[in-house]
Amino acid sequence: MIAKAFQPIYSRIKALTKATITLDADGVQYDELAWVDGRTAQVIKVDGKEVSLQVFSGTEGLGTNAQVVFSGSAPNIHLSPLLAGRYFNAFGVPLDGKDKVQGEERDVKGATVNPVRRQLPSELLATGIAGIDLNNTLVTGQKIPFFADPDQPYNRILAEVAMRADSDRIVLGGMGISHDDFLMFQQRFNSSGAGDKIVSFINTSEDPPLERLLIPDLVCSAAEYFAFEKQEKVLVLLTDMTLYADALAIVSNKMDQIPSKDAMPGSLYSDLARIYEKAVQFQNGGSITIIAVTTLNDGDITHAIPDNTGYITEGQLYLKKDPETGLTIIDPFRSLSRLKQNVIGIKTREDHPQVMNALVRLYADASEARSKKENGFDLNEYDERSLRFAEAYTRELLDVQLNIGTEEMLDRGWRLMSRFFKDYELGIRQNLIDKYWPEAKS
Amino acid sequence: MTKGKITAILSNLLQVEVDGPIRQNEICYVLKAGEELMAEVIKINGNIAFAQLFEAGSGLKAGDQVHFSGELLEVSLGPGLLSKNFDGLQNDLEAMPGSFIQAGQRTPALDLDEEYEFTPLVKPGAILEAGDAFGEVPENALKHTIMLPFKFEGKWEITEIAPAGKYPLKHIVAKVKNENGESQDLSMVQKWPVKWPIKNYLRKERPAEIFRTGLRVIDSLNPIAEGGTAYIPGAFGTGKTVLQQAIAKNNRAEVVILVACGERANEVVEIFHSFPELEDLATGRKLKDKTTIVCNTSNMPVAAREASVYVGMTMAEYYRSMGHKVLLLADSTSRWAQALREMSNRMEELPGTDAFPVELPAVIANFYGRAGKVEMRNGTKGSVTFLGTVSPAGGNFKEPVTESTSKVARCFYALSQKRADAKRYPAIDPLQSYSRYLDYEEFQAFAAEHIESAWIEKVNRAKNLLSKGIEARDQISILGDDSVPLDYHRDFWKSELIDFAFIQQDSFDDTDMNSSLERQSFMLNRVLEICDKPQEFEDFSAVSAFYKKVINLFKQMNYSDFESDDFQKFNSELEALFNLQSIEA
Ligand SMILES: Nc1ncnc2c1ncn2[C@@H]1O[C@H](COP(=O)(O)OP(=O)(O)OP(=O)(O)O)[C@@H](O)[C@H]1O
Ligand SMILES: [Mg+2]
Repeated sequence: MIAKAFQPIYSRIKALTKATITLDADGVQYDELAWVDGRTAQVIKVDGKEVSLQVFSGTEGLGTNAQVVFSGSAPNIHLSPLLAGRYFNAFGVPLDGKDKVQGEERDVKGATVNPVRRQLPSELLATGIAGIDLNNTLVTGQKIPFFADPDQPYNRILAEVAMRADSDRIVLGGMGISHDDFLMFQQRFNSSGAGDKIVSFINTSEDPPLERLLIPDLVCSAAEYFAFEKQEKVLVLLTDMTLYADALAIVSNKMDQIPSKDAMPGSLYSDLARIYEKAVQFQNGGSITIIAVTTLNDGDITHAIPDNTGYITEGQLYLKKDPETGLTIIDPFRSLSRLKQNVIGIKTREDHPQVMNALVRLYADASEARSKKENGFDLNEYDERSLRFAEAYTRELLDVQLNIGTEEMLDRGWRLMSRFFKDYELGIRQNLIDKYWPEAKS
Repeated sequence: MTKGKITAILSNLLQVEVDGPIRQNEICYVLKAGEELMAEVIKINGNIAFAQLFEAGSGLKAGDQVHFSGELLEVSLGPGLLSKNFDGLQNDLEAMPGSFIQAGQRTPALDLDEEYEFTPLVKPGAILEAGDAFGEVPENALKHTIMLPFKFEGKWEITEIAPAGKYPLKHIVAKVKNENGESQDLSMVQKWPVKWPIKNYLRKERPAEIFRTGLRVIDSLNPIAEGGTAYIPGAFGTGKTVLQQAIAKNNRAEVVILVACGERANEVVEIFHSFPELEDLATGRKLKDKTTIVCNTSNMPVAAREASVYVGMTMAEYYRSMGHKVLLLADSTSRWAQALREMSNRMEELPGTDAFPVELPAVIANFYGRAGKVEMRNGTKGSVTFLGTVSPAGGNFKEPVTESTSKVARCFYALSQKRADAKRYPAIDPLQSYSRYLDYEEFQAFAAEHIESAWIEKVNRAKNLLSKGIEARDQISILGDDSVPLDYHRDFWKSELIDFAFIQQDSFDDTDMNSSLERQSFMLNRVLEICDKPQEFEDFSAVSAFYKKVINLFKQMNYSDFESDDFQKFNSELEALFNLQSIEA
């Protein structure tokens, strides 16, 4: 990036913190980008002549005489179909050694979609994973995170889902991901022959943490370009949003803002919502679906980051290791897709809602039986059956490694129920029992 | 008009140096590249105004020009509000061009050229006070009265009034003068500042009649009264929005105002999509006809979240003034409180608990206080029934928004994480929740007359069985299935029966989603009958086997139309099953 001609250069910094600098300057815009001895910075407060900036790579080593040049505009991105297949850093600079992308320059903040111009998301997005397609069915235009403890293989599963789901374009935003995971994504994309449909903006754990604050806006701008202007079905992957929120906390802390819960800024909800609400089904057929990762601390979903996320997204996919079988599953209890109503039993087979609910209810009975057992009580005959059912359900449906179609999932569901239960124990509508039970039984 | 210049910018908080008089809460406009960005004065210190911008502050500079309007934040009130989709500042979203909302874009709330069939209700010489009707127009299925604007003080005499006929909204339909000889022209539209309650009524009544929601766990166990207030707190995903939307569909109010405050856009899209199709139970017309949506989703300007709930309330009060039954729903009031918190933090005010502003409880109390059933001066009655959701951080009800709301709302519908996890929907905890109206004598009398004479006793009986069931369950899980008397198992299964057959209700099933009071009383009686008959069982697994079959039949009944052939068939099966198991006392 080059400063516009005749931009004044300032060199008297009045105050410095680990993340911010303050100086006197004229005619500066709120949100404007600037360079401080070549480091990228952004205006976060204007008070009369006094301007405060956050320096993305940190202020370590900066002198009070560092040279400050303002760019005259907020962060922007050059949009063009040539973004496809490319890798960039948090400033939009190519990481792949190739040329900069030329294209229309646009403010990364972007405008809000008018809600009356949105379409109801109702196109099924299949992944072959029963924990998703059967229990928590996704649709295009949805926003949903994986909730995962740090020891779960969340990035591998995210890459797998991205490769299996039907999309025209994938935009990956890596925030503080390990370099190894970055290479894993790259390799997974290339080995699937999908390399050309992917655009990546990457900040790894080796890069300065504040830089990752720029990633979601770049990702969403690129996604919106392909979805709205090119009418593509765009899948956005954001990982790890917890590290993004941590960076927000650093800045607000340095700005002396009063923290709310868990040392997070009081605006965390709005900050996250601004990103996630970019998910949309446009009337012209294009769509943005966001699948994110929010890592948890010891499974604590009441922490401000997962908590605010849960209040914003349309459900969550809770990854965990099943203690009985050792398999990685999407927890049927704590996971949810709020848009599944728009497709299940409508775009999928009529028995889908009832079968899914019945299976989860029976699985809940098994978990009660398990805690009974752990407390040293005798199990009754029903408890025994439900425990055996739970294991079969985990192995034959929940295992994230499986890749099967939705109808097959439903058929397996009926077979599992008939193997372990009586029809009246299911609480399923009689007309569905009449139709599907006898076949499953035989 | 007063003008000013920006001196400081922190996100959407501006400081503006002004050259003349300004008012607290006055609306001002910032000029940016030919656009006018709207802001509201929230604090004044000397010649510096602190203003919250209803947009992002991006691109603004110190020195940018500001001009002040002299007006507070006001809404337009008149025919045509129904069926509209507004943003939080009452801009008509449908009237905006393009797929995206551009910063500073404004559209009029009402189309002043739209024509309505006006009928005068008074003759020249009539003396009116604010809120008195002088005309009437049909709006969808509703009689929309045209009133002397609420801002008018004292008595006014009609000097001219238009004959019956079709006129555009902006047309002068009447002229009035007061004792001082001042005269005024009146169109069908008036304006009112949203933060001020419309108080032209004679008196407020104690709510006495049930407000039907079609949900068994509410109407039967903890009913809300017409003109009453309720709040629904719950962790994310426990069912607040589904519950409110179910109420928005099932109610029999004449006007419904839905405020989507800082929540998801797709949830509002769902309403845009379904309400033009769904039938209104009260009139047989489409739901859209009686519904107004105020939509300020989480990605829309944060500062407008506060405005959005007041815009909704003011429109509700307006229709109440005509004598209509209005239902106001707000999802979620916590987002509005959070917007207040964001601003208070930026202003560096001394924070209260969890960094919320110290005046939060008073703000919430004033807002809930605007609901109610009122009698107008001409004897007609209107009501605003209000239900707000609360989104407590971490699902913990010990936080400022939940606690402040609990002090003012008369009904409490606690959504339980455990019930939601177990997919026992609606996840309202029947015992933790309450309705203060059950204690109102007026309300008890109403229930006795309109539902059943001993209704409240039956409801209490069901609640007792539920709490007995919980105790039994605890004992069973401490002592084990075999070590407790069989009665414990029966008590437990009776509470399961009440839960599965009565409390749980499928909001996504066309039949089960809405249950009439008549049907509710039939079902509750049926459930209690089974619970009360003495029964004999061999062992505890026989108890669960029996009750599972009973529950299954009840569920099938809930899925069948009331008194249909299927319904009767399952009911007879229930009868047979029941007789098999009964013993003579
Ligand atoms: N009555 C119900 N019947 C069936 N499913 C329900 C019911 N209530 C809630 N659900 C399920 O739970 C999901 C979440 O419900 P809802 O969106 O109402 O939660 P919420 O409390 O509003 O959450 P948030 O605070 O995040 O907005 C729904 O998408 C649906 O799958
Ligand atoms: Mg909700």
